[in-house]
Amino acid sequence: MPFPLFVALRYLRDQPLQTGLILSGIGVGVAVIIFLSALITGLQQSIIERTLGSQAHVVVRPQEESPRVHPDAGGALVSPSVEQPPQRVRPIDGWPDLRDELARLPGVSGVAPTINGPAIAARGGGSVALAVRGIEPASYLAIVDLESRLVDGELELTGLQAAVGTELARKLGIGVGGRIRIQTTGERGGVYTVAAIFDFNSVSLNESLVFVSLRTAQTLFGIEGGVSALELVTEDIFAAEALAARIRDRTGLDARSWMEQNGDLLVGLRSQSMSSIMIQVFVILAVALGIASVLAVSVVQKAREVGILRATGTRAGSITQIFLVQGALLGAVGSIAGIALGTALAMFFASVARNPDGSATFPVALTGWLYGRSVIIAMGVGVLAAVLPARDASRMDPATVIRNG
Amino acid sequence: MGESVPAGETPVVQLRGVRKTYGERVVTEVLKGIDLQIGPRDLSALTGPSGSGKTTLLNLVGLLDRPTSGTVEIEGTDVGGLDDGDRTGLRAAKLGFVFQFHHLMPAFTALENVAMPLLARHGRPAPWIRERALALLDEVGLAERARYRATDLSGGQAQRVAIARALVAEPALVLADEPTGNLDTETSAQVVELLERINARRGTAFLIVTHEASVAERCHRIVHMVDGRIDSDRRR
Ligand SMILES: Nc1ncnc2c1ncn2[C@@H]1O[C@H](COP(=O)(O)OP(=O)(O)OP(=O)(O)O)[C@@H](O)[C@H]1O
Ligand SMILES: [Mg+2]
Repeated sequence: MPFPLFVALRYLRDQPLQTGLILSGIGVGVAVIIFLSALITGLQQSIIERTLGSQAHVVVRPQEESPRVHPDAGGALVSPSVEQPPQRVRPIDGWPDLRDELARLPGVSGVAPTINGPAIAARGGGSVALAVRGIEPASYLAIVDLESRLVDGELELTGLQAAVGTELARKLGIGVGGRIRIQTTGERGGVYTVAAIFDFNSVSLNESLVFVSLRTAQTLFGIEGGVSALELVTEDIFAAEALAARIRDRTGLDARSWMEQNGDLLVGLRSQSMSSIMIQVFVILAVALGIASVLAVSVVQKAREVGILRATGTRAGSITQIFLVQGALLGAVGSIAGIALGTALAMFFASVARNPDGSATFPVALTGWLYGRSVIIAMGVGVLAAVLPARDASRMDPATVIRNG
Repeated sequence: MGESVPAGETPVVQLRGVRKTYGERVVTEVLKGIDLQIGPRDLSALTGPSGSGKTTLLNLVGLLDRPTSGTVEIEGTDVGGLDDGDRTGLRAAKLGFVFQFHHLMPAFTALENVAMPLLARHGRPAPWIRERALALLDEVGLAERARYRATDLSGGQAQRVAIARALVAEPALVLADEPTGNLDTETSAQVVELLERINARRGTAFLIVTHEASVAERCHRIVHMVDGRIDSDRRR
């Protein structure tokens, strides 16, 4: 064991009250950081997951003809309003080549062609507004994990088959194997068999979204062989905006990222992160001041011993190290205690905050990265906090302290 | 004055015209020109009234302080130009200290206290350090107290541990500032006997500041200071 570590350990052990108190202080501080980070990260992940679970990261569509609202703007699955004027679903020129080109872009992990258009389903005397989405299940699964959202039936969209949401099925009073009449504004339409029922955890999606095969949608919207959008997922969700800009530059098409579509959400997430970081910074500051003051007191208490160490040939550098190592040790041990406490708090919180059905409201994100980061920060803060006391100790004049012994 | 080293031998310490003043506005001259030579194996007492400058002189010899003027040589090296690191290295290699209060480190055992100067120098524990520290504890008659905490030793025992610590790096000279000042007569006699024995056996030189005639009388040489000057320097 190196000499400074040997002395540092003994000093800490020899003052159990001081050491215990400051370790508790560091522990509580780190626990706050762990708890807060786990909570905020978990919350944000679940918000992002919910947002992106039913939406592509980037949607590429034909250049806008004139500024007007698309029913499928940005690929967000909003229910179109029946009052909207009828719109032509426009195809992307040469989409198969474009699809292959986009799939080769770095950072793109999936591309799927889709057709999106408004329609209505007849019900009794009235009608229900629909957002019809034509997909190839194979490629579309890379964009949205439909399988996990299936509540009934199988995701087979061949011929005259359709997949509908739980709300729509309830409104129309149909189940798997039931029939639904879909009519587009272009006066095309047909009767489809319900092959699957899905649940997107969103009433508006569940009551309006209908999946059909790409081919069926082509017929419904009169764009034989075409598609109206290419939907992309990216490896890094936050790289979506940069990717969309690149695609705009390269193709001249209208490419929009989920970030652009969810500006408010991002601002919300960012300010949440900022306030969490602010709290953590102040906690770290308080911990640093605590460590510094304990070590400063310790330096005064040990003045005579430090003088003796210097007189018996210990170099000033070793004295500095003795106190820096104490800071690092306090940080390391305190942060491990804090991790235990913070983890317990976060788990307790997760077990209390539950949905009515008993599932966790959101998962707390307790990751190895969070733990490792906490230990490293605490040790770094410990060393930094020890710098001034250590410098004081190493500058102590042995003649003076011994004389005043 | 104070020439005591046989021709051909390098003195352990050589002071020439050493002066020390304190204070800036009110200047007090504490050492007023000291010439002193300490040879290898010298067992010297440094006596004099309180305030005559004994501790100040010891601190200069021990490289804990610098003279205002004059030169200090340790085994022929003028230390005036050395930086703090070099002075610390020289101190670790050549000099040992014993103080009036034993100044052991309370968080450590007797053995660890004795080993401390070597641990600090070597950077980490080693079997040879432990063996040497144990041998020294044995030499001062405290081998069976090796694992005692410093705080659990009597005054005399603690001072003997401190002597073992001063010797562990095998210094050429041990500087002792009233090593018996805090002990009763009997314990004091034991400690002086120990110093005498070590001097005879190992040839370590000692410079012992003392107020006690009984201690001074056992030394080979008595340097007497009065008011910042060496008043007399007698060999016996
Ligand atoms: N750091 C200092 N600043 C100012 N004056 C000092 C300082 N150190 C010592 N002195 C003065 O120097 C003089 C000599 O002090 P020193 O400690 O060397 O005496 P001493 O001979 O060891 O006395 P004692 O026998 O009482 O220990 C005293 O008058 C003291 O007040
Ligand atoms: Mg004195």
